[in-house]
Order: sequence, then structure tokens, then C-alpha cells
Amino acid sequence: MDFLVSVQLSQYNLYVQNIKRLLVLTFIILLAGCSGRGISAQDPSQQIKIIENKGSDTIVNLALAWAEEYQVIDPTVQLSVTGGGSGTGIAALINGTVDLANASRRIKEEERNAALENGSDPVEFVIARDAIAIIVNLENPIEHLTLQQISAIYSGAINNWKEVGGEDRPIVRLSRETNSGTHVYFLEEVIRLGEKDNHTLFAQNTLLLPSSEGIGAEIRQNPNAIGYDGLGYVTDEMKVIGVALADGEPYIFPSARTVNNDQYPIARDLYMYTNGEPEGVIKEYLDWILSSEAQEIVTELGFVPITK
Amino acid sequence: MTMKLSARQHKQRLGFSLLTLMTFLTVIPIIGVVIYIVYLGFPAINLEFLTGFPREGMRDGGILPAIIGTFYLTLGTAIFAVPLGIGSAIYLSEYAPDNRATKLIRIAIINLAGIPSVVYGLFGLGLFVLFLGFGTSILAGSLTLSIMTLPVIISTAEEALRAVPQAFRTVSMSVGATKWQTIRKIILPQALPGILTGVILGLERAAGETAPILFTVAAFFLPSLPNSPLDATMALPYHLYVISTQVPGMPIKIQYGTALVLLVFVLSMNLIATTIRSRARAKRQW
Amino acid sequence: MKSKQITGKESGSSIREFLITALIKAAGYSAILFVGMIFFFLLLESFPALREVELSNLLSSRWYPIEDYYGVLPLVGGTLIITIGATLIALPFGIGTAIYLSEIAPRWLRDTLKPLVEVLGGLPSVVLGFLGMLILSPYLRIWLDIPTGLSAFAGAILLGGIAIPTVVTVAEDALDAVPKSYRDASLAIGATEWQTIWRVTLPAARSGVLTAVMLGIGRAIGETMTVMMVTGNAPILPTGLKNLFSPVRTMTATIAAEMGEVANSSTHYHVLFLIGIILFLISLAVNVAASAVVFRQKKSQGHILS
Repeated sequence: MDFLVSVQLSQYNLYVQNIKRLLVLTFIILLAGCSGRGISAQDPSQQIKIIENKGSDTIVNLALAWAEEYQVIDPTVQLSVTGGGSGTGIAALINGTVDLANASRRIKEEERNAALENGSDPVEFVIARDAIAIIVNLENPIEHLTLQQISAIYSGAINNWKEVGGEDRPIVRLSRETNSGTHVYFLEEVIRLGEKDNHTLFAQNTLLLPSSEGIGAEIRQNPNAIGYDGLGYVTDEMKVIGVALADGEPYIFPSARTVNNDQYPIARDLYMYTNGEPEGVIKEYLDWILSSEAQEIVTELGFVPITK
Repeated sequence: MTMKLSARQHKQRLGFSLLTLMTFLTVIPIIGVVIYIVYLGFPAINLEFLTGFPREGMRDGGILPAIIGTFYLTLGTAIFAVPLGIGSAIYLSEYAPDNRATKLIRIAIINLAGIPSVVYGLFGLGLFVLFLGFGTSILAGSLTLSIMTLPVIISTAEEALRAVPQAFRTVSMSVGATKWQTIRKIILPQALPGILTGVILGLERAAGETAPILFTVAAFFLPSLPNSPLDATMALPYHLYVISTQVPGMPIKIQYGTALVLLVFVLSMNLIATTIRSRARAKRQW
Repeated sequence: MKSKQITGKESGSSIREFLITALIKAAGYSAILFVGMIFFFLLLESFPALREVELSNLLSSRWYPIEDYYGVLPLVGGTLIITIGATLIALPFGIGTAIYLSEIAPRWLRDTLKPLVEVLGGLPSVVLGFLGMLILSPYLRIWLDIPTGLSAFAGAILLGGIAIPTVVTVAEDALDAVPKSYRDASLAIGATEWQTIWRVTLPAARSGVLTAVMLGIGRAIGETMTVMMVTGNAPILPTGLKNLFSPVRTMTATIAAEMGEVANSSTHYHVLFLIGIILFLISLAVNVAASAVVFRQKKSQGHILS
């Protein structure tokens, strides 16, 4: 027994040695990481300022592209960009944890009140515009729909493509999650046709996908599906539907031109909110965003630049 | 030897074939998935991908911040969960009397194991992020993950401790060692491989989870590496979720590349754990 | 030699012994503390929901929180139907694989296959969801001729897959822990290996195998990212088996998808915590039931062994 114990002990020592080596290695990596960052942070000539930017998933890619570009223009400013939804960004602005909130919808009355109670006063900037494209599978023969038809499809009144002149197929409705500003906009302006006292809801079997890519993936392979998404998310693997305001009106396809001349009926503004009037680096950043240089990036990403 | 198989041997043959079939039906898709990810992800792997920051709206460049973030989170989880988990396992295997309180502890552990990861996320948000004011941070995320991994560590470690034959304890105590000396010098060394396996399996789960870090640490994009435990960080699983669902026009190479890195990260931990265990099993003398 | 060293070096340090014992004891009880804390926090944050939302609203079959429809039944139903589906897949495959690996497979095969199965457990759920969304669901739509492959069935298959490694690992460990002498005795009195497995080994490892199944179910109930990506998330109240092939929304996916959006302390926020506590209580019920069986089993086993 004694012998056995000592044999096992030597094994144990081997294990302990290995663990020690592992720990030392970890420590070295950590130290290296810390010292590397320490040098850059201590450089006195470059006082890094951080702008926290959070909110709408619709805007997050645009905000990211801006942030990357701005890093080149002014390396002393670091932008941290996070998505999560328009409400998330505004909530964070109210709590004072971010400097800039991205929103694909206007701030709600109750959110503004909550902000005022918390001693912050959100100021609104329109930073770009977005067309919401109605998309279907490439195999779907449907070319265009009226707003009323889209509303009827999404509210569950129309359940088969043949009712709008298509093939005999069930309709699978795709929507973004309820936390998306796009979802709210679609509900108010398309399903309820912009009518204030209209309380129509999404059909209960509408698929709520957590992301634009989820919608894209399903549209690409499912000929039953219909979806909607920001123009920036549309690729040539899906078919964009022409939309008419009403029966008899012209069918318009979404583009920068049809959005800016108000022809395309499903378009909206995209916003950034600051806590009080912006100052210093935040103001500089916002000014740059509204410049034609930054608005070019808007076009590149498939959104609609604001025209001054 | 008679060549005729008896009825019960027939039954055995049939049963064995069925079980074999089931095993391979389980294993083959796994191999398929791994090969698929390696095949599509490997072309993305290069030095820049592993050591660079994301560029072009994360469509290009590297995933270093996510790798580092997951590393920090795993480390943070280990700091909290390992001592607590092993301590708890020692208590249960060596000290705990057979009474109601111990039974309650066991039920609590089983329950911790059963709590959905997203509920840990809720709890972490409620307690660490909001109530204790840690904000979305590595600290909040690590604490959340460590409570989640605790049951895995405790139950594996306890099993390993219990497997040490009673004779070892008796002998040690009989030569005058105290209980703690016995545990530290005799029982722990014996059970170490099993304990390590449990620790690594627990941490592996922490490294791969997305739901608990959704509201407690994860950031979509950060331009710099985290500087303190109170910073938010990017993390591999959340990054994979983001680039596979939130960013349009994402090159498939980057998606599978990130999946591959996460897979390698998690699987190498798994491999270490299983190697330790099978070696220990082979060496076991009792 | 060795034993002398041990006693010589550290005798008399009874304070240290006492402190360490106390620490270990505290660690031992920590699990109860954590469960209590989690329960308390969920309760605290979900309580206002019961005050702010009428019960008839909570028990309705419509979930649309941005318009104050807080019916949680479709979500509970969604979780149940997916969990049942996943269990039906994971149970036979998981236990079958465990038996094969522990009792039948030659050693080299076991040492190759078991790590491979554990690989599946290591596959991050996001990866599985990603593959499920891009590969599994399109095929399901075509094979089963359903309007969309994003359905409870897709979720059940993936969750079954996620639960299998847990079941296999824990069950195989339990089977492996059955002393060899049990099997030898059984074989010696003329039983076939097959009979030994079913009449001796499996019953002896019953509590471990049961734990394995419960842990597997627990993982299925709690899985979030995968279901969020493949089940379509439509909050429809399942009324029968046919709903297995239509989209569903689970409680976990609802929390993950919506928690990021809600303002702290809003009604919606509290209702999401209420869903959290429902999930907590379901897992509690499942686990307490399981451990009751385990404890009873342990007692009877004790009689046999002693």
C-alpha cells in the first residue's frame, strides 16, 4: 500500500508540474497582453477619447462602417459600436451608458419621459434613410403587390399565393423580431396602412426571425416565403417586389431615387440620438456623418443618403 | 462446441447489431459536421485572421478581439468556478453527513445543472449587471458563466473523489494523518485526472455558450481589446452569431472560419479532458 | 516512510485544519445559496408582472408584447413540444450508444468514439443553429413537404443531437463504474453478455443512467440559440402532434430575442423574468422528480451492497 501511494504521488507531482507550467504560460500571455496595451494607453500625445454607440440592428453595419472610416480620419477617437435593437440603444442612452443611440424609429413618448426623469434630454438627428423592400424567392412569379395586398397577407387574410395571382402555394410570412424598429415600422405603416386607429396585428403564424440574415436565408431557398427588410440587406439572390400605394397606382421599386422623391411608399428615416446637444468629439463625429463623404458610405451599404 | 446458436444468442446478436447501428447513426453526423466546418473554414485561417482586428464591417480582417474575449471569459470563469467547485465536491464526498442538508445540496446542484443557460443570463443581468452595478462586463459575464459551470465541475469532481477506494482513506488515517492531510496528499492526487476532466468540460461549456453572455458581456464590435474586468468584450460564440445572422454580404469563408476557430478552441479543451480521463482509466490499479 | 513524513510535517496545525474544513463546508453549501439567489432574483423581478398584467392576459394564447399581449401559453407549449421531440430522439440513441460504448465496443473503438460523441456536446449551439438554418431546414421543407422547414421538428432534431452527448457521457460513465465483478458473476452463472447488460449492469447503473437522461432533457429545455435560429419563432399555441411540423416559439428564444430590447423595469421586462421563473420551475420539477428516484434507488442499492 505504501508503495502504491508513493507511485501515485509521483504521478500527482507530474500533474502538478504540468498545471504549473500551464499557469505560468497563461500568466506570460496575460502580461504580454497587458503591457502591449499599456504602452499605447500611456502615450501622452494621444489622449484616446471613446464614443459609445449602440442601438438599432438595421443601422449597426452602417455605424460600424462609419466608425472604421472615422478611425482613419481621427485616430484619437475610438468608437465602440453595439447592436441590440433601437430600444436597447435608447434605453442605454437613458441610463447614461452610451453617448450615441442608433434608432430605426423615432423615440417613443414614454422613452422621452423616462429620459427626462433621468435628467437626460435626447436630441434627434436624421442620419440616413432606408427603404423597406418586400422580398420573395426568385422562383416566385409575383412581380408586384399593392400595399393593401401586403397588409392582407401579413394580417392573415390572404394565405395562398394564388389569391394575389401567383402559384397555388401556401404563404410563409417572415418578419423581423418585435425588438426591431423595422418590425414596428412595418406594423404601423404597412399592416395598419398608417391608420392610427387600426389595430390589425401580424398573423399569429408569422415567423419572427431574429435577424435579417435569417430572413434572407429562408427567402433564398423557400418559394413559399415572403419577407421584408431594409434595402441594404437585399442581395441579388432574392426578388424585390414593386409596391403600389393602391390598386391602379404605379408599382414602384425601391431605390435611392424613388425614396428621396417620395415615390416608394415604404421608406423611413434612420436616427441617432445624443444626450443633450452634442459637444466636442461627439459633435465632430455627427457633423462628419452628415457630410457628403460619410453619406457616400450610406449609398455603398445600400441605404439612402439624406439630401440636404 | 455446437455451431447452432441458441435463441438467446440470436437475441444478443440482434441487440448488439442494433446498438452498433445506433452508435454509428449518432457518430457519423458529428463527423460530417466537423469535416464540413473544417472544409469550408480552413481557407479563412491565416495569421491575419487570428491576430488581426475585424475590418470592412467585420467582412474582412481578423477575429482577435473575439478570441481574446473568449479566453478572458474562460479564465475568469475558471477563477471563480474551480476553487468553489472542487471545494464543494470535497465536502460532498469526504465530509458531508448523510442527512437532509446534504440531500438538499444535491438537489440544488442537480437544479443548477438543469437551469437553462438563458435564465443564467437573466439572473446575471439582474444581479451582476444591474443590481451590483458591474455593467455589461467581463466580470459580470464570468460570474454568470461560473455559476453555470459549477454543477458540471462539482458532479464530475465528486465522482472522481468517490471512486478512490475507501482503503486509501483508512490507511492514511490509521497512520495518523488528519482528514485534510489525507484529502490533500492521498485522495486529491488519486482523483486529480477525474477532477481535471470535470473542470475542463465545465469550462468548455462556458467557452461555447452564447445565451448567458448575451446580456452580460457581449459586444457586437469593439475597436480595442478590453482593458479591465469591467469592460465589455467581444466573444467567439456571440461573434459567430452576429456574423452569421446580422451582417449582410458576409463572406461564407469568414463565417465558417470563425466557426472553425471556436470549434478548435472548444474541442482542444475537450480533447485534453478526454485524454486525461482515458489515460487515468488505463492506469487505474483498483 | 511516506506516512511518517505526512504526520511529522503538519501535526498540530489544527487551526488550519479547522479553517479549511469550514471553507470546504461553505463551498459545499454554496450550491444551495446560488439556487436560492437565482430563485429570489427571478421572483423579485417577475413579481411586478403579476400585478401589472391581468391573469387572463397572461393565460391567453397571444404573445405580442409590443401591443401588451402577454399570453405565455404558446411559449410554454412551444418549449414542451420541442423538448418532447428532442427526448424521443436523444433517449434511445443516447442510451443505446452508451451501452454499446461501455459494454460491447472493443476498447480502442470506445476510446475513439466516446471523444467523438463528446465533440457533439462541444459543438457550440450557435454553430448547430447556423448549420440547421442553412442546411437542415431547407431539406426538411422538401422532404416533408411542409410550407417551411423552420419548425419545431428542426428544433427537436438539433436539440436531440445536443442532448445525446450529455446522455452518452454520463450514462457511459455510470455503466463503466459498475464493478467488473458484477459482470463476471453474471457471466459465470451462464448469462449471455446481452442478459448481463439488461439484468445486471444497466440496473446497477440505473441512477446514473437516469441522471444522464434528466441532464439531457435539461439541456434540451434550456437550449436557446439553436432553437432561436431554426424554429421560426412564431408564437402559435401547439394543439397536437401536427404542430411538430409548424413553427413554434420557445420560452428561451423569447427571452433571448426580446430581453435586449426592453427598457429596465418595464412591464415587458418583468414578464420576461416571469417566463424565466416558469423555466426555472419546470427544470426544478423535472430535477426534483428525478432525484427522488435517484435517492430511492441509492437506498435500495445500499441494501444489496451491504
